Amino acid sequence: MWEYTDKVKDHFLNPRNAGMIEDADGVGEVGSLACGDALTLYIKLGENKKIKDAKFQTFGCASAIASSSALTEMIKGLTLEEAEKISNENIAEFLGGLPKEKMHCSVMGRDALEKAIANSRGEAEKKVEGEIVCECFGVTDLEIDRAVRENSLSTIEDVTNYVKAGGGCGNCHEKIQEIIDSNLGMKHPVKKEAAHLTNIQKIKLVEETLEREIKPILKKDGGDIELIDVEGNTIFVKLHGTCASCSKSQVTLKHYVESKLQELVTPELVVEEVQS
Amino acid sequence: MKKVIYVDNNATTKVAPEVFEAMLPYFKEDYGNPSSMHTFGGKVDRNIKEARTSVASLLGAAPEEIVFTCSGTESDNTAIWAAIQSNPDKKHIITSRVEHPAVKNLFEYLSKNGYRVTFIPVDSKGRLDMDYLYRNLTDNTAIVTIMWANNESGVIFPIEKISRIVKEGGAVFHTDAVQAVGKIPIDLNKIDVDMLSLSGHKLHGPKGVGALYVRKGTKFSPFLIGGHQESGRRGGTENVASVVGLGKASELAAAYMDEENTRVKQLRNKLESEILKQIPNTIINGDIENRLPNTTNVSFEYVEGESILLMMDELGICASSGSACTSGSLEPSHVLRAMGVPFTAAHGSIRFSLSIYSTEEEIDVIIEKLPPIIKRLREMSPFWQG
Repeated sequence: MWEYTDKVKDHFLNPRNAGMIEDADGVGEVGSLACGDALTLYIKLGENKKIKDAKFQTFGCASAIASSSALTEMIKGLTLEEAEKISNENIAEFLGGLPKEKMHCSVMGRDALEKAIANSRGEAEKKVEGEIVCECFGVTDLEIDRAVRENSLSTIEDVTNYVKAGGGCGNCHEKIQEIIDSNLGMKHPVKKEAAHLTNIQKIKLVEETLEREIKPILKKDGGDIELIDVEGNTIFVKLHGTCASCSKSQVTLKHYVESKLQELVTPELVVEEVQS
Repeated sequence: MKKVIYVDNNATTKVAPEVFEAMLPYFKEDYGNPSSMHTFGGKVDRNIKEARTSVASLLGAAPEEIVFTCSGTESDNTAIWAAIQSNPDKKHIITSRVEHPAVKNLFEYLSKNGYRVTFIPVDSKGRLDMDYLYRNLTDNTAIVTIMWANNESGVIFPIEKISRIVKEGGAVFHTDAVQAVGKIPIDLNKIDVDMLSLSGHKLHGPKGVGALYVRKGTKFSPFLIGGHQESGRRGGTENVASVVGLGKASELAAAYMDEENTRVKQLRNKLESEILKQIPNTIINGDIENRLPNTTNVSFEYVEGESILLMMDELGICASSGSACTSGSLEPSHVLRAMGVPFTAAHGSIRFSLSIYSTEEEIDVIIEKLPPIIKRLREMSPFWQG
């Protein structure tokens, strides 16, 4: 028995906006019968290119239907630019969370939305980019990489839960592990040569790394981090939200932020916390 | 709590009130250890003997051929280990592609640990490829294990015929009869099975108890090594209350065998034919001529099983799905895949399994409530061209 939130149950038993829009401005289709779930999303634009109406048709489990229903509610009234920013995480959050084995339902929603938006702009259907890693479910390395990056996934099981890859025959587990490893920076030869950075370059790189790699992880636990100053190789930061009051914050800083910055900026960096 | 309509009896069953009553003394006054020398423990030992006789008589076996275990899974594991331990030179083992995980996963483990494994395929109706079995059996085959009846499709395998082929080939023959015992008559006087597994909670007994039938003269080595309990075939103090419960459940199963194969079967048939009549694009999975009397496995095309289950659950109807989408991968069940059920149908399969406690009123409720559920889900499905 899945532990679904009341909101998931509500959107499953009383789905909003089920059906199709005959004269839709954008249609996004993802999934297939073979994969076990599929979603077709229809959007209709109104004044100022805002999404006036959205409807869905879904074949799938309760959380697939609930995610589709939630998505249509979330995007109504948004401009395409605003809607574009919706992540699979946002869909899951809207529903009060999804069991981790069901996260792929939210990914499916996000993918359908992207396709529907592209379709409404008259963009041609994007060709499959990257190389197929999971033959069973036709998932590419780029899709896996994106899921790993955006959701900070660290195990093959996580990847299967989010994008299904690796859930069939299991032949691709090694390749998936490589993608996870490279995201965890285990085999990151990329920035190693960046030893002689100017101060400006260093600050920029620190900022980028915080934004891209560190903030998303802290935000998952309701925390945040702010760059205060850089003096030589010492980085001063301030923690917000649950991070600030969490007794583990020192551990978080030392073990995570510092190692991440050392790895991606320069190995000499030291991180100091500024108390507010 | 809403009224429950329980049609998931291949998953587990209600403990019969008579079974419950029979178990109670062993939680209270009769707490003796059956291995003790004193009269107080000796009484309990006698009660275990009675239970052993009841289980044996349900199978057409002798009491000393019954070893109590703690589950069907333990019985399966014990039988397979015993066969390969007793035949250390034979490195080939055979099973079917549609076994319960208790056998399937152990065989997959053995395949990575020095054993060559043959998985016998089934056809689209879930029937075993007998010719394939015949061709693959060799002098090097230690054990063949084939379930008596399949838990998902309810298909009954021709165990008598299989046993003859296997015995001629000189291998040990074990059958996982967890779904068959109590639902269809079994007479081991007439069928040459070396070992057979059964489970208490599938026949209105308690959970946590099973039994392994070991034919007299079969080479055996214990799986749980310990004390001399079960004539040295399974260490560990007996789960007395549950063993007695299993004995009582076996008596009741024998008494209700006719009802299971008449009234329960008719109810199953009614449910099935009404579903087929009222809901288009519906397929019954499995060989309808050779099935457990209580089971029907139905595929509703273009909808997904979990959604159907949860909508039924809202109405108190408990069934199960071959595609409970147990992980992100959404793989439909290995049984339906082995049968080659097309994807359009495999994801939307529901198993209804009745029992002697099922009533006509309950079946009528399902017949009334199910069609609108399927209709509603299909209207939401992008593949439905209703």
